[in-house]
Amino acid sequence: MSGFSRLQRDVQPGLIDPGYKSTSLRGPKSPLIRIPHRLGETGGPRFGAGWVGAQDADLTRNGRCNGEPLGERIIVTGRVLDEYGRPVRDRMVEVWQANAAGRYVHKSDQHDAPLDPNFRGSGRCVTDGEGRYRFLTIKPGAYPWRNHPNAWRPNHIHFSLFGQGFASRLVTQMYFPGDPLLQLDPIHNSVPVDARELLIARFDIEATEPEWALAYQFDIVLRGPDATPMEA
Amino acid sequence: MSNRLRQTPSQTLGPFFAYGLTARQYGYDFDQLADGRIARDDTPGLRVRVAGQIFDGAGSPIEDAMVEVWQADADGHYPDAAAFDDHNAFHGFGRCGTGADPACRFVFDTIKPGGHDGQAPHLNVILTMRGLLLHLFTRIYFADEAAANEADPVLALVPQARRDTLIARLVEPGLYRFDIRMQGDDETVFFDV
Ligand SMILES: [Fe+2]
Repeated sequence: MSGFSRLQRDVQPGLIDPGYKSTSLRGPKSPLIRIPHRLGETGGPRFGAGWVGAQDADLTRNGRCNGEPLGERIIVTGRVLDEYGRPVRDRMVEVWQANAAGRYVHKSDQHDAPLDPNFRGSGRCVTDGEGRYRFLTIKPGAYPWRNHPNAWRPNHIHFSLFGQGFASRLVTQMYFPGDPLLQLDPIHNSVPVDARELLIARFDIEATEPEWALAYQFDIVLRGPDATPMEA
Repeated sequence: MSNRLRQTPSQTLGPFFAYGLTARQYGYDFDQLADGRIARDDTPGLRVRVAGQIFDGAGSPIEDAMVEVWQADADGHYPDAAAFDDHNAFHGFGRCGTGADPACRFVFDTIKPGGHDGQAPHLNVILTMRGLLLHLFTRIYFADEAAANEADPVLALVPQARRDTLIARLVEPGLYRFDIRMQGDDETVFFDV
């Protein structure tokens, strides 16, 4: 079996980024050692439809305590594809995010903004036969962080995907169109300028539910089994 | 290359992943796909614990990293899709955050994998954390497999002086220690897979 397509370095961030301070002590400095395809691991965990519960993809319900979560209800949907445009079917998508006030449930989040007793902010879903996933959630708020004076993260949703094998793993963040914080955000700006748009969802009136929720499309492209002959 | 789609860029895991990805381990009210217990009670093989810390370039242990392991069974076979149809089967996959342990350790309770395809027994590792914009791949080999390690074609790609960073030390029978160093003279070897 041939291996996975390689990482496209021209769209990916670097390991040490001067704007994002925490990378300075955490990004390795030695060059990565390339494992040829014939020696690489081609399998990977296969969490499929049997691994999601009924409300896992509905973040407006899966954290309820005594009522509905506050904030703007939204639909986040899209397709997961490989680089050749083939759908990535029956594969796990995990998400987590802040609530409408910009506060995470996480115990170490110290931001002075209210928790919502009816919103946890995490969920998962599995792609369908066309690679499509769909979450119902609350639009996350912006929140401050300590990277530099008056630093704020743009609204975002964290994504974690496995794809078709060990090499296709992706951890990323989805942003919203028109957010004025994007151009100020060192994490978003760690991506080469031409590729930054790939992380911004598209507002999609077609995918909205009238009288209920607006919708955003966020398509995701993962490394996939390589269609070209095996590299040396 | 020309008509390929562009990959979605990677972004950092951030510090607040726990209630999404490792909820049970951190005591949040949500389940998680996998934790540090990779071997089931009935999984055949030699029981081992592999634990360690992750150090940043200043030598401080990292408290907001997540380590994932993908491994073969004791016979050297990786679990296939059918194994994942059964929630209680051996899946060869583990996930552990470092923030739930007072010493910021990751801990995996598993079985020692068999060799596979002429390669020495090893755990495939995905490492991600706040402050890392792209996750990293490394491997954990076992110190008491010296002959197999000597013949391993992936270790052979690594300069001799750095190979030790990929080998878990046997602390006592059944317990291996594997520390990861993000930077410095003994920076762990990371792979482009
Ligand atoms: Fe975040």
